[in-house]
Amino acid sequence: MDTKSLELKAAEMRLATWKMIYQAKTGHTGSDLSCADILVALYHQVLKQTPETFSDPDRDRYIQSKGHAVEILYNVLADRGYFPKSDLVSYSQFNSPYIGHPTNHINGIEMNTGSLGHGLGLSVGIALAGKINHRDYHVYTLMGDGEQAEGSVWEAAMAAGNYHLDNLTAIIDHNRLQISGPTTQVMNSEPLAEKYVAFGFDVVEINGNNMSELVETLSSPNPTKKPRLILADTIKGRGISFAEGKANWHHKVPTEDEFNQGVNELELTIGGLKNE
Amino acid sequence: MSNQAKIGNVLCESLINATNNDKNIFAITSDSRGSASLAPFVEKFPDQIIEMGIAEQNSVTVASGLAHSGKRPFVFSPAAFLTMRSIEQVKVDVTYSNSNVKLIGISGGNSYSVLGATHHSLQDLAITRALPNLQVYMPADQHQARSLMAYLATSDHPAYVRIGKVALPDVYQTDDAAFDSPGKANLIKDYGNDAALISAGETLNATLEAAQNLHEQNINVKVIDLVSIKPIDSATLNVIADQVDNIITVEEHSKIGGLGSAVSEVLAPRGDTKINIIGFPDEPVIAGSQADVFKYYNMDANGIANAVKKQVEGR
Repeated sequence: MDTKSLELKAAEMRLATWKMIYQAKTGHTGSDLSCADILVALYHQVLKQTPETFSDPDRDRYIQSKGHAVEILYNVLADRGYFPKSDLVSYSQFNSPYIGHPTNHINGIEMNTGSLGHGLGLSVGIALAGKINHRDYHVYTLMGDGEQAEGSVWEAAMAAGNYHLDNLTAIIDHNRLQISGPTTQVMNSEPLAEKYVAFGFDVVEINGNNMSELVETLSSPNPTKKPRLILADTIKGRGISFAEGKANWHHKVPTEDEFNQGVNELELTIGGLKNE
Repeated sequence: MSNQAKIGNVLCESLINATNNDKNIFAITSDSRGSASLAPFVEKFPDQIIEMGIAEQNSVTVASGLAHSGKRPFVFSPAAFLTMRSIEQVKVDVTYSNSNVKLIGISGGNSYSVLGATHHSLQDLAITRALPNLQVYMPADQHQARSLMAYLATSDHPAYVRIGKVALPDVYQTDDAAFDSPGKANLIKDYGNDAALISAGETLNATLEAAQNLHEQNINVKVIDLVSIKPIDSATLNVIADQVDNIITVEEHSKIGGLGSAVSEVLAPRGDTKINIIGFPDEPVIAGSQADVFKYYNMDANGIANAVKKQVEGR
């Protein structure tokens, strides 16, 4: 897909997610919108994986460490055909498998996440197994920037650097906001780039809401013999004007008025992209 | 074959045997290869051990990632750290994700004795057996350890195994007699129906000795080796409860939430069985050698026998 098509897809995924959260009256709205472009880039352009090859031992793996942004993941997976879109009507309903954090009961989801600070370590294990098995798959994991306060992240980062896991790419959705406010005020984890360099990573800083930068960086080979960390500069709530850059949209559900306004904005974006 | 063995050494030998047949088996260590007696394994299979450094949480998470990719990781770490520091990783990455990870808690219970409470694992059974989808075992001798490991090496089920440090005398004559399957207890002594003593792991020998002493005083009891704390052998426990009115459980664990609690959960609904739990009281554990500490808390053979007499004689 070309960049414009990917941008259109990301806008459509934002709209589907916005509607799903409004209908279910629950979801991590700002977090979903923040990383929509990253997920679309991964699932449409980067991951060597399809619904048909999901059990192939050579498939690329994606572990969503920031599991709370599950609504956008569900929509991207459904759109890619991992399960019927109609399944998502049950999101957060009684006895639904589509709950508020990823589980491996859902086709397309590798492992259960939700408690922060696990995804990088899981990815280290998967990447180590890839090295041991001489398979050339790549492991991608998406973390939040607030998540960087979890000590287990740094245990895993140390191991990734120690074992030179160049088949591992960690992405930080660096929107600088967490549930209580700015990450620099809640618990300052900066400078993240320097920290990951010190832990043995090749660090690349990009605009994480820019599709061409995402695709180019995520697709580029990693000759460094180091794990890669993509510090993806993003905007929480991206795509809906009144949610952008607002910590209180972390898991806020839109009111009816907000919902309608958000739909209008996203439909305008989609219309604009279609007309370009 | 010697009539006593350190369980850690036996697990290492068993792991070597299993790895001979299956190169997907890996030992994961947290700077614990020495404490876990894994030197022969490291020598034989240097590429089958993955060192995670002093990072128990990450050891469990990485093991889960390995398991997801078809490996059969055995995480060896002191039981105190493996089941407390890493418990969320065990819950989320192992049991919730249903990862084929085997957790080997070494130097469990009060094994580290005078090193203090930081190194004791006297709540590990309570917390591990409360996690859905996790099997919990306490082998009592080399035969049982060998047989259990043979099962674990081919099982796809998450499991926690707690072992101690010191050499344990044989309880069984053969590996086959020692461990049958998950959720199967062994009736290992049957002097009569005055009471039944139920134990597992390192306290089984003192329990057997207490039964022998009681027999010499004409108090005739049964001894059951639970071995599989979870799943628990409810059928055998109910058969035993049909035959005796008094049950005494013995464990190297807090009285709260361990083997005695597990047995009570099965038998309490009957309302016809008096159960006394012998274990560590809910207080800081006194410093001393493991033997001295067991004696202090009346968890040695003499203490167990006295508790049985008191219960049987209704005092």
